[in-house]
Parts: sequence; structure tokens; C-alpha cells
Amino acid sequence: MEPPVVTMRAKYKASGPKDPGVAGVLTMRDDSFIFRPNDPSSSVKLDVSFRCIKGHKFSKEGSKQALLNLTQDKGGGYMFEFANFKDRDVCRDLVGRVLGRLQCLPPSDQSAQVVPAQPTTQHDNQLSMAEMEQRMNLLREDSELQKLHRQLVIGGVLTETEFWATRKNLLDDAAHKASKQRAGFKSAMLADVRPLTDGRTNKVTFSLTPEIIHQIFAEKPAVHQAFLKFVPSKMSERDFWTKYCRAEYLHRTKNSVAAAAEAAEDEELAVFLKHDDILASEARRKIRRVDPTVDMAADLGDDYSHLPGHGILRDGSKESVDSESELPKRTLLQDLNRHAAVVLEGRTLDVELGDTRTVAEALARSKQAEVATETSDETENQKRLERVSQMTEIEDLQAPRSLPYAPLCIKDPREYFDSQRANAFKATGDTGSGVNKDCCHLSTKQAYESLRAQILEVKSVGFKDPIVIPDLALKVLNDVNQQLSSTDPQLGKNPQATVLDMLPHRTKEELLQHWTSIQELLRHFWSSYPLTTTFLHAKVNRVKDAMAQIYRKLPEVKESVQSEFRHQVSLLVKPMLQVLDEAFKHYDAEMQKRSTKTMSKVGMTGLGVFYTRTGGYYTVKYEVLP
Amino acid sequence: MKFKIDELTVYFPYEHIYPEQYEYMVELKHALDAKGHCLLEMPTGTGKTITLLSLITSYLLSSNQSNGIKKLIYCTRTVHEMEKVLAELRLLHEFQLSQLGPSARLLALGLSSRKNLCINPSVNSASSRDSVDAGCRKLTASWVRALAADNPNIPMCQFYEKYDREASSSEGVLLPPGVYTLQDLRAYGREKGWCPYFLARHMIRFANVVVYNYQYLLDPKVAGIISREMQRECIVVFDEAHNIDNVCIEALSVNIRQQTLDGATRNLKKIAQTIEKFKATDANRLRSEYNRLVEGLAHRGNLPVTDSWLSNPVLPEDILREAVPGSIRKAEHFLGVLRRLVQYLDGRLQTENVETEGPVAFVASISTQAGIDQKILKFCYDRLHSLLLTLEIAETDEFLHIQTVCDFATLVATYSHGFSIIIEPFDERMPHVPDPILQLSCLDASLAIKPVFERFQSVVITSGTLSPVDLYPRLLKFNPVVSQSFTMSLTRDCLCPMVLTRGSDQLPVSTKFDMRSDPGVVRNYGRLLLEMVAAVPDGIVCFFVSYSYMDGIVNSWNEMGILQDVMQHKLVFIETQDVVETTLALDNYRKACDCGRGAVFFSVARGKVAEGIDFDRHYGRLVIMFGVPFQYTLSRILLARLEYLRETFQIKEGDFLTFDAVRQAAQCVGRVIRSKSDYGMMIFADKRYSRHDKRSKLPGWILSHLHDAHLNLSTDMALHIAREFLRKMAQPYDKSGGGSGKKTLLSQEDLEKMERTMGMMF
Repeated sequence: MEPPVVTMRAKYKASGPKDPGVAGVLTMRDDSFIFRPNDPSSSVKLDVSFRCIKGHKFSKEGSKQALLNLTQDKGGGYMFEFANFKDRDVCRDLVGRVLGRLQCLPPSDQSAQVVPAQPTTQHDNQLSMAEMEQRMNLLREDSELQKLHRQLVIGGVLTETEFWATRKNLLDDAAHKASKQRAGFKSAMLADVRPLTDGRTNKVTFSLTPEIIHQIFAEKPAVHQAFLKFVPSKMSERDFWTKYCRAEYLHRTKNSVAAAAEAAEDEELAVFLKHDDILASEARRKIRRVDPTVDMAADLGDDYSHLPGHGILRDGSKESVDSESELPKRTLLQDLNRHAAVVLEGRTLDVELGDTRTVAEALARSKQAEVATETSDETENQKRLERVSQMTEIEDLQAPRSLPYAPLCIKDPREYFDSQRANAFKATGDTGSGVNKDCCHLSTKQAYESLRAQILEVKSVGFKDPIVIPDLALKVLNDVNQQLSSTDPQLGKNPQATVLDMLPHRTKEELLQHWTSIQELLRHFWSSYPLTTTFLHAKVNRVKDAMAQIYRKLPEVKESVQSEFRHQVSLLVKPMLQVLDEAFKHYDAEMQKRSTKTMSKVGMTGLGVFYTRTGGYYTVKYEVLP
Repeated sequence: MKFKIDELTVYFPYEHIYPEQYEYMVELKHALDAKGHCLLEMPTGTGKTITLLSLITSYLLSSNQSNGIKKLIYCTRTVHEMEKVLAELRLLHEFQLSQLGPSARLLALGLSSRKNLCINPSVNSASSRDSVDAGCRKLTASWVRALAADNPNIPMCQFYEKYDREASSSEGVLLPPGVYTLQDLRAYGREKGWCPYFLARHMIRFANVVVYNYQYLLDPKVAGIISREMQRECIVVFDEAHNIDNVCIEALSVNIRQQTLDGATRNLKKIAQTIEKFKATDANRLRSEYNRLVEGLAHRGNLPVTDSWLSNPVLPEDILREAVPGSIRKAEHFLGVLRRLVQYLDGRLQTENVETEGPVAFVASISTQAGIDQKILKFCYDRLHSLLLTLEIAETDEFLHIQTVCDFATLVATYSHGFSIIIEPFDERMPHVPDPILQLSCLDASLAIKPVFERFQSVVITSGTLSPVDLYPRLLKFNPVVSQSFTMSLTRDCLCPMVLTRGSDQLPVSTKFDMRSDPGVVRNYGRLLLEMVAAVPDGIVCFFVSYSYMDGIVNSWNEMGILQDVMQHKLVFIETQDVVETTLALDNYRKACDCGRGAVFFSVARGKVAEGIDFDRHYGRLVIMFGVPFQYTLSRILLARLEYLRETFQIKEGDFLTFDAVRQAAQCVGRVIRSKSDYGMMIFADKRYSRHDKRSKLPGWILSHLHDAHLNLSTDMALHIAREFLRKMAQPYDKSGGGSGKKTLLSQEDLEKMERTMGMMF
């Protein structure tokens, strides 16, 4: 890779596009850019690090001036005019790459500030700040994408725009996503600490971790409050937790007499055993906001046939309640409900779990904030009403309404889909394996006819709703699952262990990386045809070179592994080589056509659909057949 | 859409309609035309409520109807169902307005207790319903307001005062047309500064649609106050009416415990003190009461609205319009009678054995032992009411005990049939805890509902589970002109009922008494839940046969570690006996399903949740019914009722018990789907469901989807079926029903076509 240094003639326009500008030479490196005016006496000299550049904007190809504007994160920026668009594009791409790389780095505090996008009136094709930001975010979140980006864009194979053009949907999704997904509480009931007995002595051990303590605070506000009140002024933290565990133990052994006795003696201990008043008041507050269609408390207030003394008290269906017990017992059922409610509310703390005191204080603060920011009853009611009215509609008697959805944030897509596949395999494993193995070979003409017929049908009838026939969809899903599971070499008993998992880690990574780059490159390669402009021509050449590079590397991968894996690896590598071969063949044929000037017309004569597969991933590729 | 049934234009707020909705409307219309009662069973998930509302409001709106029907009274079992009905009605009303313009204007409102409607902060902060009622009375009773007119220091309710001024000055409709939920009424009341409760009470006279609880019609105590002025030309709808017989029975039953009698003694002491005070200061008042009582009890009509208390527990036509017996006209004499009565009851309660007695024998024994004859007993309630009013006692919540005793006396003296008195020294299930109880138990469900059938032109009883349809007319003693059970035409097999009889170890599972605590069964049930939780997305609901059983099994699961494993997959929410906590749990459960985390809800058959909460769409993809929810068959009250049923209706005990258990189970599982595009599974996890006598009592729409292959499943097989089913249902939904040929969705065009062909046939 040549060191990315670009030197260009350009004019620096200090005060906007109307400025005639100072002619000079712009030199861009991978960390900074330098502008030297032609007139050495001019005072306009620039040496700016890319670190303080937040984004770049550029004018549309074909507009009056070829402009490039590098915006600073404090506002303002540097605008250059180039002699032609080609020069500008070279610089622009370099800037894009550099900025991309810089922002992939963990954000330093200076880049954390967000600069509002300046309103641009003149150049409508300029990349908005927001979009730039989104791209950066996407790269930061998706490590695989970032790798690909580094390899192809920063490696100079693809331009920034080309890379993102195929990922519009990702950007759209990111734009919809209002807030970042945050990790919530674990579902497990940590606060339900189980005592350990060593069996020999009469000793029980409770172990509390910061995580558990945090959960205890969140689920039991009385304990939380007591902690803030007593520790460290009245007792040490250790004493506090000892007391807590003692109370828990009493509660667990269901020894209510002993519990009552202890509570009577020790008022601090009683706090843990008593009914939680804070919870009760919280419940009163929340009950006012529940969905009226589930509000059973209101129902109780309307029930006159169950006045005390009326109705049938002890018939076969009801159970009598003993409400008059001296120490109101906290039951497991209540604990479960409370726990689930806390989990659902989510983690609101941003402090490190470590020091108990800070955690307790932070929790208290966030609670207060929550109460303060609680939306007023009015808006809450409005929302509730809307929800109720939406719920009442019967969905299939009505035209569908699109619901807002939250896109799933999957940290490691590969792991996720692997587990999905394993599940699917488990499910289909026992269905009859009556898969029709014979593939039909259709001639181009037949395929064309069939497609034509389908298009005609759509034209005359219009699309059905739903477009996909449910039965067919199920069949395809089953077939694909079936095929996946049946063709996978079943070496382990565990269906989740694919061939890939057995390979050395490095080889696996390498293969997967090659595979994703091949996919990306192929997508660009095939989408460039037919080559109508010289630009596309150049692009195809670039992409082809990159593919050739990978093509050469693949056999190396095969050789590098130990002999026992070599067969598996070559099985994996083979389809990659095949798809590349196909691309090269097409490229050569096309070149030949061009050179013999027989390129009279490129028409669509047929469509070929290729399924390729590596390590369980399917690629569907549409190819225009010559 | 808009279409015609016979000559009636029906406005339906959707673009399509299900065929069964159309049929339902046709049948309903026949019943209304015939001015008769009807019984209609239609599966849940077919939009019963909107169908009913749509046809009946269209009927109200049509100008040329001959029946002169003015009003729809829609009875729901719960407040939250009321909210749902009003929400649907609002949708419908908006559509009608858009189609018909201002001529479609209706006034529809929900009515509830003061607890749910009061906006006076000093009153509605009280925790119980009775204290809110009493708090309101303290501010608005006529004598309090009379005093306050002279003395500005006596607090009054500003909302009621403002409402009262407005109501007396304009004398008419105070509420503009529209649909008002409780929430809307409160908001309107706040805006205008009027009391929403009395406003609503006032407006039900003018409203076209009134939505309220069953008891406002069925329970004579409440109905006597609220629904007194409803005219005959009403359509009364009882929705979700499968439990209506139980509601009727409860409405006329009274129980007396030791606490009641102790409380009544305290009440009597306080009344005696008040009488002494009045004698010293205002003797005229007692004298004038005496004179009034000589003339009879006909004062009830002109009582100020705020003074009215719960009405007489006896049905209206049974109230004697005659003078109060001379021996209880004097306040002291009446107190003496009550003291003797309480003493007598106290003596009866001290029994060691269970005693069962008929009302006639009981009254006779009161007469001989306490010297109170039947006629005096009959007047107890009204005499007490009159006395409390005379003494200007507003703290009605404190006098509930003596009121209960008087209710008991009046009921027992009025009815000689259909009741029995059971005295139990302790609960059968907890024999070591002495808790004596004297239960006056109504056995005949038809008693409470009789006046409703007689009074109103058309009564519609409808639910998703009324099977067998012929039983209800017998239980409630009425003659429906239309009695129909509709099946459900499905676009795809979106219901998947299964009967699970064995665990994964092939051992049978059941909640039969001798098996239920077997650790093997508990574990098998736990494994079933665990497998399902891992396979089924979104919400799962589990029903258990009783609270105590649920409590036990959840604790065992917790100890076995099964619960922890379940929580790896989904959050767990549980119905408890505390209504507030259950409501919050339910709300959270919905949130968890909404956000995609998924949750399990543990609930109890015959509990509050099973009674009226829908678990449709993602709120319930699977319902597991653990066990058969039989009633506790050793209960004396149940035995008495069964005996009565056998003697009067020739219904066998076993048949009734099975019928009752299966309708509860069907009710629990039957709320999973809301429309035909929705889908859900139901697992009946008990080996007894595979028997024909149990299974055949399930409603037809569930039975028709219960394949023979799904009748005897083990956990693994059920899991496999569930996976297949879910995969199938996850495919895109095809409204038209694919190529199956039958129409499951009708458009306006289809209906017009049908109408033409029908026209040609005649």
C-alpha cells in the first residue's frame, strides 16, 4: 500500500465559496494537511492536524466549483477549490479514509462533543454531519464492518461513498434508532442469596458481591434507605450486612416466632423483616398510571356484592385469606414480582459497581431524578388513551398500520445467527428428511419465460397481500434448515460445533475475513456492469485487483494449516475460489469484447442466480448473463 | 363499512367483517325484533363486543324501528372490561359520526362507585371503597348541608355543591353527547368543577348507552338505588356471562362471622348512645319518625340522592308496602329486638358441629328462642335504615356489621325456598383453626335475575364459553327466543389446543388430590414450563387450580432450581391475593411483552385475572392450564347447592362439577386470541382431560381444533408440536385464506352480493 500522501494544486478560500481564494499547494498526509500558498509572501499558511477535523463536505460533481470543505469541531472550517473534480475526489477520498480511521479509535474527550451541522444552502450533496456521525457510530458498533471498512476503503479499493451506497438500510435504521440499546439487569434473582452450609459445623455462609448488593438495593428500598441511614455513622458496613444476612436467614427458615422475637429486640434488624413502606407508597403512585384495561384495583372499588359479610365466604371455589398475622410476611411471590419489575425498569446507574456507599448514593440520586422527571398525569393519560384505542382495534379487519420498531442491536452477528441455526437444526432434526435432492437445470430460455410469465401476472393482477405465500414460505424455511443440517459435516454430537469451530482460531478468523471481503467486492464488481462510464471501468479494475490479491492469498491459508484440517479448509476455500473464478471469467470476456469493439449493445438476456455457501452462510448473487 | 340487515342499516367501523359476526348480528336482530331474550355463544377472538355494540347502536339510531328501544344497558363483570367496551364504543361512535353526521350523536357513559369517580382529594385518598362512600356522605348528606347553610365552618364538598346548583338550575342534560369513560368523567368533572359521581348517576337517565357492572342490575342492594328508573324499553346485555349464575347467587347471600357479631354489638351500643343524646336534645325527631313509620315505608322515593344508602337486599316486588309492625316502631324497642337477634346468632355460632337448616326452620327457631316473629325480621333492614337516617349517622362504613345482620334477617324471613343456612365451626381445609361462620347461602340463581328478565324487553346473555347452551336457560329460568352457539371460521389453524397427560419421563401428571404434591408431578410440570419458556416467544400464561396450590408449586420449583432456569429465559410475574400488587404485576407483564423481553404470568383459575384479562396477541402465545380447576367438593355450601340442583333441575352432581371445572378451564385458556390473524396455543396439563366426559364439555370452537393426535401427549411431543406450530404461524399472514375456498373475511361487496341472493330467495 502506498503511503497515503496526496499533493494537489488548490485554492484556499478563507471566507466562503465567494472568496476568490489564495492559490497554492495542498499536501495531505494521513495525520495532517498542509497548505502552502504559491506566493511565499502571503500569510496564509496552514498546517492542521486531522484530529481537529470533524467532517468534510463537498460540492456536487458538475456544479460550478470543485470544492472541499473540512469542518472543524469547534465550528468553522477550511475550504479549498480544486482545478477539477478528479483532483478534488482524490483528496476527498483520502480525507474520508483518514477521518474514518481516526473516529474508529476510542473517542477521545475532544471528539465527544457534537457539533451541530451547519446549514448548507449551496451544496445539497454535501455529506451532512449527522450522516457522517452515523457512519462512524456504525463502524464503532460493528467490529466486522469496521474491519471491512479498514481493509477496503482505507486500503483504497473502494471509495467512501461506494462503500456506504450499499448500506443505506443500515444508515436508515441507525437514524431511526433514538437511543442506544443498553444492557439491562440479569434476569437471575441475585438478591435471593442462598446460604451455604459446610455440613460439618453449624455455620452458614452468605456471599455478597457488588452486583448482588446493587440488586438488593434496587429491589428492597427499605434496605437501601437503612444503609444510607446507618452506615457508617451507626454501624460498619460489615455489621450491616451481617444483620441483613441474619434477617434473611430467619426469613428463609420460616421461623416466624424467632423472627418476631429478634425484631422486637433489635430495631435495626426489624427494618429488614418488616413490611416495606417505601414499596407500598411506590405501588400507590404507580397504580395511578396503569393501563385502565388491566386495572383490577379499580374493580375492587366497584364491587358491592362483596361487602364484608355479603356473598358466599367459604364455598368450594374461593380460599379464605388470613390477613391478620402479626408480622406481615414477605412471600416468595412478592419477591418474584418485585424482582421482575426492577429488571424491567432497567439499570439506571452509570457508576462502577465497587464501593457500596457510592452505589447506594447514586441509586438514591437516580430515584429522585426519576420521581422529578415523571411526566405529568395529563400527558401520561393521553399516551394511555392512545394505547388503549390502538389495542381495541381488530387488526385484520383493518388496513395495517405500521408500528415503530426498535432495531435489534446485535454485538456479534455471527454468534447470534450460529445459535439461531443451531436452534433451527434442533427443531428440524427429527422431521422426515424427504428433501428432494435433484436440482433442475433450466435453460436460459426457460428461466426467462418463467420470469416473464410471473412479471406479466403481477402486472395484470397486482401484488397479493402477503407477497409471499405462507405455505411456501414455511416449506422453504424447512428446506433450508434441513439442508443446512444435513450437509453440515456432523463431526461432533453438538450441532452447534461447525467445521469452523474446530479450526485454529487464526485460520478461522482469516477465512471469515476473506469471505466477507470477497462478498463485498463481488457485490461491487457485479453491480458495476454494464460498464457505461470510464469511472465504472476504473472501479472494476480496482475491485478486480483487490480480488486477485485475495485469490492469491487463499491457497496460502490452506497451506498454513495443519494437515488434519487441510481437507476441511480446502472444502471451505473452494466455493470462494469458484465465485472469484466466475468473476474473473466475466471480466476477461468483457475485456475481450471491448477490445474487439463488438460491444454493439449490452442487453439483458437472462438472469442467473447463484447460491454460494461457506461455513453456513449463504450468499445470493444476481448476475446479468451475457 | 355500512350494510343492511333486513331493513336496518348497520354501521360497522372496519373495512371487513367476519362471517360469524354477520350471523351474530342477524340472530341478535331477530331477538330484538321479537322483543325477547337471547343466549348467544361466540368464541373469543371474533370481536363479540364490537358486533354487539355495532348492531344495537345502529338499532338505536334507526328512526323507523317499531320497538321504541331507547337505551342499551351493557353489563360487564369488571371495571377494566368496562373501559374496553367504552374504548370500542368510541371507535364505533367516531365512525358513525363520520358517516351520519350529527344525527348519530349518542351519549354513552360508564358508571362506577365513588371510589373510582370521586375527585375530591380529601375524600378519595381513603383506601377502601366503604370509607370513600362514608367520606362522601359526611360532606354531602342532606342534614350536613342543611347545617352548613347556617354554619360556614362545616366542610362541604365543593364539587357536589357546584354540580347541585347547576343541576337544579338547568334541570336537564348536563353532559354533551359523546362517549365517556371513567377517566373522561373525572376529567370533565375537574374541568367544570362538578362531582363526576353524581353527574354520572344523574346522566344515566338520559344516556343512550350505559355501561356498568353486573351488580348494578343484579344485586338488589345496589340495583334498588342505581337502576330504579330504567324504563322497560331497554336492551340489557350481559357480556362474559358464563359465570352469571355465581354472580346471582353471591348477590343474595350473606355470611356472619364472630367479628360481624362483635361489631354489631358495638354498633348497637353506639346507636343507643346516640338515641339517648337525641332524646335529650331533639326528641321531636324520634317522634316524627315514629309517625312516619305508622304510615309505612313509602318514603323511599323522595329521599335526597346523597342520603341513599345501600338498598334493601330483597327483590323489589317482595317488599311489603305496609306499615312497620308496631313493636319496632319505637327506636328503643327496635334496638332491643336487634340485641336479642345478635345474641341468638351468637349462640348458634358456638356450635361444635356443622348444621344445615332451611329458612323456614331457622325463622321458627328464632321465633321460639328469641321471640322475634317473621314479620319483624322482614322489616329489620328498612327499620335500621330509617333509624340511621333519623339519627343522622353518616359514618356508614362503621355500621356495616349491624347492617349485615339486618340484611340476613330480612332475607331469611322473606324467602322460604332456594336458600339454606349453614353453620360451620371451622374451615374444612384448616380444621385446626376455629373460625365459626353462619352462611345464608342462596342456591337458586334465577332469583336475582328474575326481575331483570321481567322488567326489560330484551336481555342478551353472551360469552365465549356458554357450553352447553341449554343449561343456562334452566339455571336462570328464562325462555330465550334465540339460543345459538357460533363456531369460528378460521383462515388458518391459529389455535393449537393440546392435552398433556405425561411428563417427559412418561409418568402421568395430574392435580388430583392424591397426586398433586408428588415431587415427580411437580417436577414434570416444572420441566414442561421450562421447555416451553425456551421455545415460545413473548408471553406465556400459566393457570393453577388454586392459590395455595400455586404458592406450593412455585416454592417447590424455587427449591428445585427450576424457577431460576425459567428466569434465564423470561421474567416471572405472579398473581397474588393483593389486588394492587397483581395489577402492577400485570402491567409490568404487558410491558415486558411489549419490549420483547418476554415474560411468564402465573395466575389462578377462578381468580381475578382469569375472570377478565385478555392474553391476546403477544401477551399470550401459550396458555398452560395446570390441572383441572374443580371446586373444593367437600364444601358444605357447594354440597347444598348441588343437592338443590339435583332436586330442582335434575342435574347430576358430577355433571355440574365437571361442567363448572371445564368452563373455568376454557375461560382461562380461551382468551389467547383476539382476531383471526392472531395465534396461540393452549396446553391442558392433566391426564384427566384426555377423558371424554371432561373433554366433550369444552366449547366447540376449542374442540374442533383439538386433534386426536394431540390428546395424549408427553412433554417432548408437546414441545415438538409447539415448535412446528410456531414456525407455521410465523409465516406471513394471508387474509384471503389461501386456496381453501371458504371465506373468512367479508368485504362490503361480499355482503351486498349476499343480500341480493338472499333477496332473490324470498
